[in-house]
Order: sequence, then structure tokens, then C-alpha cells
Amino acid sequence: MDMDLRNLQGYASFAMSIFLVVMLYWYIIHLYRSEKKGERDYEKYGKIALDDEVTSTPVEDKPASEREYKEENK
Amino acid sequence: MQSNAALEYDYSLSKKFTFLTILFGFLGMLVGTIIAAQMAFPELNYLLGEYGTFSRLRPIHTNTVVFGFTVSGIFATWYYIGQRVLKVSMAESKFLMFIGNLMFWLYFVGALLATISLLFGVSSSKEYAQYEWPFDLVVVVVWVLWGVSVMGLIGIRREKALYISVWYYLACFLGIAMLYLFNNMAIPTYFATEGLGNILHSVSMYSGTNDALVQWWYGHNAVAFGFTVPIVGMIYYFLPKESGQAIYSYKLSLLSFWGLMFVYLWAGSHHLLWSTVPDWMQTMGSAFSVVLILPSWGSAINMLLTMKGEWNQLTDNPLIKFMVLASTFYMLSTIEGPIQAIRSVNAIAHFTDWIPGHVHDGVLGWVVFMIMAAIFHMAPRMFRREIYSKKLMEAQFWLQTIAVVLYFTSMWIAGITQGMMWRAVDEYGNLMYSFIDTVTVLHPYYAIRALSGVMYLVGFLMFAYNIYKTMTSGRQLSEEPQFRTPMA
Ligand code: HEM
Repeated sequence: MDMDLRNLQGYASFAMSIFLVVMLYWYIIHLYRSEKKGERDYEKYGKIALDDEVTSTPVEDKPASEREYKEENK
Repeated sequence: MQSNAALEYDYSLSKKFTFLTILFGFLGMLVGTIIAAQMAFPELNYLLGEYGTFSRLRPIHTNTVVFGFTVSGIFATWYYIGQRVLKVSMAESKFLMFIGNLMFWLYFVGALLATISLLFGVSSSKEYAQYEWPFDLVVVVVWVLWGVSVMGLIGIRREKALYISVWYYLACFLGIAMLYLFNNMAIPTYFATEGLGNILHSVSMYSGTNDALVQWWYGHNAVAFGFTVPIVGMIYYFLPKESGQAIYSYKLSLLSFWGLMFVYLWAGSHHLLWSTVPDWMQTMGSAFSVVLILPSWGSAINMLLTMKGEWNQLTDNPLIKFMVLASTFYMLSTIEGPIQAIRSVNAIAHFTDWIPGHVHDGVLGWVVFMIMAAIFHMAPRMFRREIYSKKLMEAQFWLQTIAVVLYFTSMWIAGITQGMMWRAVDEYGNLMYSFIDTVTVLHPYYAIRALSGVMYLVGFLMFAYNIYKTMTSGRQLSEEPQFRTPMA
């Protein structure tokens, strides 16, 4: 088997694909597991689109201290 | 945080980009219809001297619909969705307003000049990357300004979690930035030839097979990050919002997002099957194209399931109809593409009319339908008026749906006929047909496509008229509608 650069690239791409496939499956498991353990609730984020007035309460609040601009005209 | 009673979303940038979307949509599709007619009736090539030939007009069509219409639609919807899902108004930052306006004018003037330059034959002759380098620089500046807008708005948001649509817009920003820069690396021929060439005319820094690879890595991912990613971002916001139903499965939306990111970038070499690129790359392109069905259908099915139990809305709200049809066409073209990417099928499909057929069931059925639906949804919010006419919208829907079907069915038949005729051999192995034989046979299908273009264009004008009337004489609304878009 001749191992020139082209071949190496081919094998590298194959190895990377496998790696990324594993990552993707791991991600599915991660999503479901963290919901099952009660660490996260992903479905609540769907509400962001429905309740989206500028005055609506954020689904996950960003504390004022983290906001990068000063709140004006209070 | 609710202390700013007077605080409202600022739609001025969305409005401006909406106007551009309509303007470039009309221009691009007008030229599309003209070139479609030219393929059926070649005499039409000679109406305007060199400026009216197919070869001048085709890049104007593609670049205007892609970089004019679609990109304006992306900007218009970003400045709308971005504010809403991040729960922060553009009016809260003078800086971001300034950047947005600067970007708008630069983009508008740049896009107009770039289009004119193509009309005069100033072109670097790379598909979807024809703009010469000075325009590429303008594109880069506009894109960076957009990036500042996106990141800036995210920076001052109230909603900590980034809604899935925002992820898609971010991916669109990053993806296009990377693709555009790498593919458009070029040197003016003046510098490459010790002064003999032209300062305005450039050649690619890549050559031969490498050039082809970079070009189709770009070309295909321009479809990914221009025609798919931001449009999915739109439907993930507008369909739930219009129907009042949260996304069926938010987890599936996350998974499809990463799936799409991971798979799309590797599929581009399906444009180069049977060519001189390494074999494994062709195989990889085919394989990844087939796998691409999964994340694509993941998003589309997620959208259809969002309507679960609410299918009655399909019959009484034309806007839902537009969006459901859009996701259905998305499914059609994302099953069709992988089929065309199979080596043996590609041997027949490549270089034939089946390819533009595939392109247009995607863009006409999915991209344009979704962008029009977005504008229909935004208009009553932006102008505080009811949509001028529901009837007109219904009529437009059916006219354009029939037009899309006529376009892709005629091109399917034309393409497969063409592919079969080109490769047909007699018992001695001689080719049975000459090229002109195929042209003669295909004439009726080209005529049907031209007709479908006229129908689609008329539909687009009905849309533009409806929006214009909404703006100027729709019934005024006392407050912003929450879900369903009001229409007369
Ligand atoms: C009235 C609507 C339209 C008509 C009649 C039309 C017609 C055409 C025609 C005749 C071609 C050339 C095909 C060839 O060279 O054989 C073409 C190419 C193309 N059009 Fe359109 N078009 C329309 C709308 C659009 C829209 C809205 C988009 C995108 C948003 C679009 C994207 C493209 C692309 C990407 C190509 C290049 C396809 C390829 O290289 O295979 N078109 N169109």
C-alpha cells in the first residue's frame, strides 16, 4: 500500500469523520441525559420565540451586571 | 428590567432591508425569466447588443437573487428576529444603529454597482463569485459590519439563552465569511504579468483541480450557509410565532443544527464527480450528501410536527400555507440533491437541465416562499397595519406553487432526456445523437420553464403590491398582533 500524501489525507478524513460521528451521538445522549437528570430543560427555550416582547420576562435572565451597556432612562 | 415602559423594538433597518429584498427579488427574477425565455427562443439574445446576451445576463441573475435578494432577506429578518428573541431593542444602542445604517448604504450602493459591473462584462468568471476584487472588498466590509451588528446585539441582550434561530444566523455569518474569503483569493492580472494585464481583472490564486475543489467547496456551501442555514433560522422563528406553537422538539433543533454544520462542509465535492479530483474525495462527497438527508429532514420534520394538532390553521391562514409548503419543498430538494449525488445517477444528471431544476425547486419553493412569508409576518408589525388582502395572498400562493411545479417538472423531463440522449450509442458504439438533436427535443420544456418564470414573477409582483398597499392603506392596528398575522 503506498502511503503518499493523498492517501494520508484520505485516511485522516475518514478518521475525523468517525470521530465527529461519535461526538454527534455523544451529543444526543448528553441532551437526553441532562434532561433526565433534571439539570437542564431544553424545551423551555422554545418559548423564547412565542413570548418575545421587549418587556417579556426572559426565559433565562441575563443579570444586569453582566449586561455590557448601562441601562439608561430608568 | 421592565422599567422602560416606552421601550419598543426598532424596525427601521428591517424595513429598509425589506424594500431591498423586494427590489432585488424583482430584478433578479425578471432577469431569470428573460434568460429562461432566451433558452426557448434564442432570437431574444439579440435585443440589446452585448448587454442582452444570455452570457451577460446569467451571472446577473444568479448574483442578484443570491447576494441581492436572499442576503437582503437575511438582513431584514435578522434585524427583526434578532431584537425579539434577544429581547433588546436596536434603539438601545446608538452605536449599533449607526453600524446598521452604514452597512445598509454600503450594501445598497455596492450591490447596485456590482450588478452594473456584471452588465459591462467585468467578471472574474468563477460561478457565484463573479464580482471583481474591488467589490469583494466591499462585500467583506459589509459582512464585517453585519458581524458587529450581530455580536453587538448579542452582547447587550436581556435573554441569556440564544434561541435556535440566532445560532443559525451566527453560522450563516461565520460560514459565508470563511467561504467567501478563501474562494475569492485572487491577483489582478496586472501584477501577475509584469504590467501587461489589467488592474481590475483578476485571476484566482488557485489553479486546475485545486481551483475546482475550492470553487465547489465554496459553491456548495454557499447553498448551505446562504440558502439553507439562515432560512432554517427564519422558519424556526416565524412558524412557531405565527402559529402560536412552540417548536415541536427543541432538542431535535439543536441536534439538526450540529448535524448540518458537520455534514454540509464535506458534501461539496459531489459537484466534481467523474472529474480529476481524488477518488476518495468524490466518494466522500457522495456519502456525505446522502447523510445530509438526516439533519435536513430533522429540521423540516420538526417544523411540520410543530403544527401537530393545529393543522386547521393550514386552511385558514395563508401564511401557514406558505411556510408549510416551504418546508415541504425543503424536504423535496434535500432528498433530490442526495439522489443526484450518487455516482451513477450523477453520470446522467451532471451538466443537464435537471440541475437548474433541482436548484429552483429549492430556491423558488423554499427560499423565496420562506422570505415572502417572513415579510408578510413582519409587515403588520413594522407598519402597524393589517395585511391589505388575504385573497390576493391566496391567489399568489396558488399561482406561484403551480409555477414552481411547472419549472421543476419540465426541467426533470428535459434533464433526463438530455442525459439519456447524450450517452445513447448504437450497436457499434457510435453516439446516436448530435447536440442539436437534444436542443430540438427540449424546446417545449424550455418554453414551459419560461412560462413558469412569467407566472412566478407575476406572483412576486402580487406580493410586492400587497406589501405596498399594506404599508400605505392597510387598516391601522392599535397594537402589535401577538401570533396570527391579521389580514383583510
Ligand atoms: C422567476 C424566477 C426564476 C427564473 C425564471 C429563473 C431562471 C433561471 C435560468 C433560466 C437559469 C439558467 C439555467 C441554465 O443555465 O441552464 C437560472 C440559474 C440559476 N438560478 Fe434562477 N430563476 C428564477 C429565480 C431564482 C431564484 C429566486 C434564485 C435564488 C434565490 C435562483 C437561483 C439560481 C441559481 C443558483 C442558478 C444557477 C444554477 C446552476 O448553475 O445550475 N433563481 N435561473
